[in-house]
Amino acid sequence: MSPDQIYGLFLYGISLLTMGGIYALMTLGLNMHWGLTGILNIGIAGFFAVGAYTSAILAAAPHPGHWGGFGLPAVLTFPAAMVASAVVAYGIAGICIRLRSDYLAIASIGIAEILRLVVKNAKEVTNGTLGISNLPRPFEWIPGAGGQLAFLGLVIVLVLGVYWLAERARTSPWGRTMRAIRDNEDAARALGKDVDAFRTRAFVTGAAFMGLAGAMTAHYIKFIGPEATEPLQTTFLVWVMLIVGGSGSNRGAILGAVLMWTVWSASEIVAGYLPAELAARAAFVRVFLIGLVLVVVLQRFEGGILGPKRGET
Amino acid sequence: MAEFVNFYLIPGLVLGSIYALGAIGVSMLFSILRFAHFAHGDMMTLAAYLALPVVVGLGLHPLAGAVAAAVMTSAVALGIDKIAYQPVRARPTIVAVMISLGVALMLRSVIQIGFGVKIESYSAGQIVPPLRFDWFVILEKHIWIIASTLVLMLAVHLLLSRTRAGKAMRAMSDSAELAQLTGIPTERVVRLTWIVGASLAAIAGVFAAWDTYLQTMMGWFLLLPIFAATILGGIGRPYGAMMGGLIIGLAEELSTYPWITDDPLVSPGYKTGIAFAIMVVLLIFRPHGLFGGRVF
Repeated sequence: MSPDQIYGLFLYGISLLTMGGIYALMTLGLNMHWGLTGILNIGIAGFFAVGAYTSAILAAAPHPGHWGGFGLPAVLTFPAAMVASAVVAYGIAGICIRLRSDYLAIASIGIAEILRLVVKNAKEVTNGTLGISNLPRPFEWIPGAGGQLAFLGLVIVLVLGVYWLAERARTSPWGRTMRAIRDNEDAARALGKDVDAFRTRAFVTGAAFMGLAGAMTAHYIKFIGPEATEPLQTTFLVWVMLIVGGSGSNRGAILGAVLMWTVWSASEIVAGYLPAELAARAAFVRVFLIGLVLVVVLQRFEGGILGPKRGET
Repeated sequence: MAEFVNFYLIPGLVLGSIYALGAIGVSMLFSILRFAHFAHGDMMTLAAYLALPVVVGLGLHPLAGAVAAAVMTSAVALGIDKIAYQPVRARPTIVAVMISLGVALMLRSVIQIGFGVKIESYSAGQIVPPLRFDWFVILEKHIWIIASTLVLMLAVHLLLSRTRAGKAMRAMSDSAELAQLTGIPTERVVRLTWIVGASLAAIAGVFAAWDTYLQTMMGWFLLLPIFAATILGGIGRPYGAMMGGLIIGLAEELSTYPWITDDPLVSPGYKTGIAFAIMVVLLIFRPHGLFGGRVF
């Protein structure tokens, strides 16, 4: 291999880990919803979009097509993205946190679709289908690969921070209450736990992580458009990651994210070597595989790789 | 008046018919199997594409295509049930919900691989002039769609109220365990439910494609209004689902009518949001649907 190739591989490895880490933020959030609390959220793309657009609008340079021109640094816009997602989640929780899981699933995807319509149609805010481009990426002033490495460092620090929080939450008395609610809501209620309040807190916290991931993605690829709110790449991929990694385990959530992102991204490279006719179809084969993995793991490997086995919590 | 009826009311009824046929299936599946079937929309897409060779290739009427698609889609649905859902019947129903999401993705990608993603039509290049009765103008296909839907609704009503199978379905919807204890062959009822649900979905899918065109995401876009219609009618209540479908379809079309000013009341870009908005409001105030019913 020539030095150029090795350097290219090195850069590829960085981008793989960066995106894998960003997805880990989402799987950790989803684990808080589903693994810990039993909230079936299939509107991940909605929270992702709220976070991404909040941060993008606050950070972007002035542009006639959309709101913005505040030029705020990431230090401010990332927390703002988390707050925005959390606020939206709080509003949604007020509507549907008390619903049975199927209803909640339907409501969450319905709300994500409304958000997608807003993103597409509120042109003066979001620039419609053209999206918001030229977003600043933190550390991009560092020359060479240094900027990307530093960004990866930031991602790792954030993942570890969120992991620490999620793990603290899981092992605390609060986490035990959450698992009690997940496993037997009526019993938890009979013991005097305010089920709706507990579930709302878990929902809001997980959504904040998803919003952070949205903001990170937007700034990493320096662009956010309505395609990012399509449910496939966000919602379903994140679900597969969590299920494969092991729902209920925070380490499993991170492992699943990095592992499945590597597979997803590698399959894209493999598709690139196919003839054009086949390559176009390969994209759909990947979607098929996502569905297949979801079905097979749910049917046969209940706990995923690191998830709690039967009887454990 | 003429504009209102021709361009808003009739399209609303057509859309409502399509939603209603889909929602009856979702509602019945929910009442028997107790899970929200997220692959219902993509089953509709599959049916629309399965009818394509019948309508375009053999040159048959789309109604014949709908019947053929109903048979094929029922077979597919029974196969999917056996492979995907039956193994998890004893587990919490939420597992089946998520498996149905996986099935939806698989169905859609199979269609995309098999038929490609370009937009298809049952009547490419043909322009059928509408029928005119003084100021009232209607496309022949719209008459077929609305009339067939009414016939199918009546058929579902007769099935549920007059036949032993329908009685067994209602019994199972009240309590699957009690139904089994009284000797009702529950797995057979499940299969019948799949056949009815898949057939109605197939016909709805063909109607949707006949009304406009075929594309591989059509079912996914139909799914959410159908869920809204199901909830509106009270989940697990087929009669409610019929009404719910019509209400959602009409609401979507009529919302863009210039009711107050000369501009559409709701910008057409947000039209599809109407169904979700109705659904969200319902979930807050009447989670058991407009006409009463149970919350599972």
